[in-house]
Amino acid sequence: MKPRATLMTAVATAMLSLALPAMAAPDPNDWDAVLQAAEGQTIYWNAWGGDSRTNRYIAWVSEQMQSTYGVDVEHVKLDDTGSAVARVLGEKQAGNMDDGRIDLIWINGENFAAMREQDLLFGPFAESLPNFALTHSDENPEVVTDFTLPTEGYESPWGKAQITFYYDSAQTETPPQSIADLLEWAKDNPGQFSYPRIPDFTGSTFLKQALIELSNQDDALYAPVVEAEFAEITAPLWDYLDELHPYLWRSGRSFPESGPNLRTLMSDGELSVAFSFYPTDAAVAVMEYELPESVRSYVLEGGTLGNVHFVAIPYNSPHKAGAMALANFLLSPEAQAQKQSLSMWGDRTVLAVSRLDENDKALFEQGESHPSALPADALSNTLAEPHPSWMTALQDAWLKRYGVN
Amino acid sequence: MILRLAPILLIALLVIPVSVGLGMVLLPAFGYLPVLGEGTFHLEAWHALWGRAGLHRSVLLSYFSGLITTLVALFIVVLFLAASQGTWIDRAIRRMVSPLLAIPHAAVAFGLAFLIAPSGLLVRWVSPGLTGWERPPDLLIVNDPLGLALMAGLILKEVPFLLLMSLATLPQLRPEQRVTLARSLGYAPGIAWLKCVFPALYPLIRLPVYAVIAYATSVVDMALILGPTLPPTLSVSVLTWFNDPDLSRRFMASAGAVLQLGVTLAALLTWWLGEQGVKCLCQRWLANGSRTSGSTAIAFSGRALLLAVTLLAISALAGLALFSVAGFWRFPDALPGTFTLDHWRRILPGVATPLMNTLSVGLAATLIAAVLVVATLEHAARHHLPALRAQWLLYLPLIVPQVAFLFGLVVAAESIAIRPQHALVVAVHLLFVVPYLYLSLSESYRRLDPRWVQVALSLGVPPWRAFWQVRLPLLLAPLLTACAVSLAVSIGQYLPTLLLGGGRVPTITTEAVAMASGGNRRLVAVLALLQALLPFIGFSLALMIPRLVWAKRRQMRGAA
Repeated sequence: MKPRATLMTAVATAMLSLALPAMAAPDPNDWDAVLQAAEGQTIYWNAWGGDSRTNRYIAWVSEQMQSTYGVDVEHVKLDDTGSAVARVLGEKQAGNMDDGRIDLIWINGENFAAMREQDLLFGPFAESLPNFALTHSDENPEVVTDFTLPTEGYESPWGKAQITFYYDSAQTETPPQSIADLLEWAKDNPGQFSYPRIPDFTGSTFLKQALIELSNQDDALYAPVVEAEFAEITAPLWDYLDELHPYLWRSGRSFPESGPNLRTLMSDGELSVAFSFYPTDAAVAVMEYELPESVRSYVLEGGTLGNVHFVAIPYNSPHKAGAMALANFLLSPEAQAQKQSLSMWGDRTVLAVSRLDENDKALFEQGESHPSALPADALSNTLAEPHPSWMTALQDAWLKRYGVN
Repeated sequence: MILRLAPILLIALLVIPVSVGLGMVLLPAFGYLPVLGEGTFHLEAWHALWGRAGLHRSVLLSYFSGLITTLVALFIVVLFLAASQGTWIDRAIRRMVSPLLAIPHAAVAFGLAFLIAPSGLLVRWVSPGLTGWERPPDLLIVNDPLGLALMAGLILKEVPFLLLMSLATLPQLRPEQRVTLARSLGYAPGIAWLKCVFPALYPLIRLPVYAVIAYATSVVDMALILGPTLPPTLSVSVLTWFNDPDLSRRFMASAGAVLQLGVTLAALLTWWLGEQGVKCLCQRWLANGSRTSGSTAIAFSGRALLLAVTLLAISALAGLALFSVAGFWRFPDALPGTFTLDHWRRILPGVATPLMNTLSVGLAATLIAAVLVVATLEHAARHHLPALRAQWLLYLPLIVPQVAFLFGLVVAAESIAIRPQHALVVAVHLLFVVPYLYLSLSESYRRLDPRWVQVALSLGVPPWRAFWQVRLPLLLAPLLTACAVSLAVSIGQYLPTLLLGGGRVPTITTEAVAMASGGNRRLVAVLALLQALLPFIGFSLALMIPRLVWAKRRQMRGAA
């Protein structure tokens, strides 16, 4: 070989190796190429693993992905989504730009905002997924907004949650219908209600729900917190909590650890009213022996906070094609209908069901109902999530006021 | 030649990762973390840390729960040993205690929480008959602000550990001879043991005691389940900050990790000062000639306390078993209304991989650790070296709190492109397995009569054959027990497995903790029981194998 040719080969090889990282991230607009690249990949999907229903659903998804696309999906079960965010950050700190350990994360709100801010996410990809069109995002802006922040294609919608209250009808017949009502009810039934300890996600959501109601949905909640106004806007919330806490479970000297923990406490007969982020939570818990059959679900009169949860791909995932194929499958009518069924998970769909074709629509009409579940039309009144900075600010203020007893 | 390298390798293996991990946490604690755009040193993280509400309470909780649990656990063990006179009751209690060591901390914590909560088993068993309670009383028992439930849980776990460590060390002190001599001078049995055996025993179990203090000041999994919440212990707070979505909290988290190390060291220093104080104060008591005062109290309380600990732990486990097959279980029913195998059926299909990972990681770590530790001890035995001078370095991974160096270790491994994987999990488990294996084996190794090997050598056998055919068979029972302890230690690891495995090496423990965050008590009970199963099998094998191998040689079965 002539020296010149050797040099050319070397240059070509170098250029090829430079091009490799780019090859790891195929263009989502060329979907066939994505699927081709995805085949044979193993996707490590980091998702909270505390719920057997979610785990069961992810296991089902994994089977489908294997048989349809030849993609192997491994569920990495987390006890806290924050640890996945911390891992990606650790990898960036160590200069690992293209061989991360995480291919897909189940996140929303705070974690999404933090990862976007530190440039830890790959994208935009979500709006190019073929099934994304089924969400009709122009009419359903909640699938492209996460805690008021535009997702800009950096995360793909997966499911919908809304605060749903439930009560044991054997213990109380008149559960509170609003945040204000809750205070009166708690005074009549001391020790029978509580909310999860801050900074738990469900507990923080309760604070936001109360703040929205008590501050009459102040517009300021939907913009970043302005420090000078924070005290004034939140004053009614702290007055309310000061008054409520003595009537909570354990007189507010301790709080349950997490949202699901409320369920355990009701199962023990310690609480009479509780709430969850999953509208079907109570019904499924009854089916799994965790709650008595006398449990009933409802939403507060003025509506409750709801949000969409998403999946996102870390910037350094080595299997972005497989992760996109998975995100797209999660948006398919088949996968969304499975997720919504009570026997699987009971998580509401993000698709615009009324605009699906007849066959796909039929998938969602499973006609199943449970006496402990919400009636289908009960969730019409959904309150939007405040800006993520409110979550952090409320958490810090709560911990300052009540974090030491 | 290879043997000479063993001690050096052993120390390097433990010291390097801990110091590197610690270094990678120290930098951000003082403001240096370029990935978050901070490249200068400053003290802002510390200001943020001091500003946290309840920080001083967290620190005090960690400090005192570490000291108090160690003190109580040691007290119970010493009283039992003083009272125990080799009767069948004493032997029975001893036998019941050692399997308790096999139950992982988290499983004990879940069981205890089920047991003592206001809606727990104990209250259900006496309600409403004795109490009249139709609904659970509104009492703050688990997660109490003083951390009493946490301390109780820790004591349940530390008593069997300290007892096993003491029993392993005792024979070389020939306690029977000492007690017999003292009794011939008119000392009551319990007093004789306390005055003549304990002063010789304590120096030998000192390092295990220090390990207990360090563990109890920085424990995470038990504190999450049983500990106070407003505020939680320092280690739990640090973990929360590391996982906070607000990534700038990592500076404060790093500072908190450094503070945790300080708290642990302060507790150790306090204990050391206490030792000196007790030494001075007891000189007179030891020599004052008082022979019987207090001996009845010792005899009674020694047995009663250990029995109480054992029964509490067994009831906690029974409660877990009951919940794992419970249908809906309304308070205050003493038993579930219906029984079902649904929970087991739901969990079992998914646990094959986690169980295999738990076993393969545990066995690999135990095997590597056993080879290294035996090589080190054999090297010392052949050259008649005294106890390793750098021995205390072995305890570094037990004394430096996990939260203080693991996060840094992850970054360090990433920087040299070692990606999380099976092998890395085995390596990080070695950090915790090696010290415990060394701790459990070294005394037996050292006290083995050197004349056995000398006889073999004088018969012309080469040293390596003397090792394989004489020393190792004689040490079979203690070696297997030490391996069972180290397997149990490996199985119990949560944070190291999750962090260094990058979530890709699910074990039964990581599954159990993930499931615990969802609060389904029945499924958690199934996983906790599965978690206790493997170490339990390990301990059973360690007891059975010597009996089978030495079925015809009674004297060889002993020492386990």
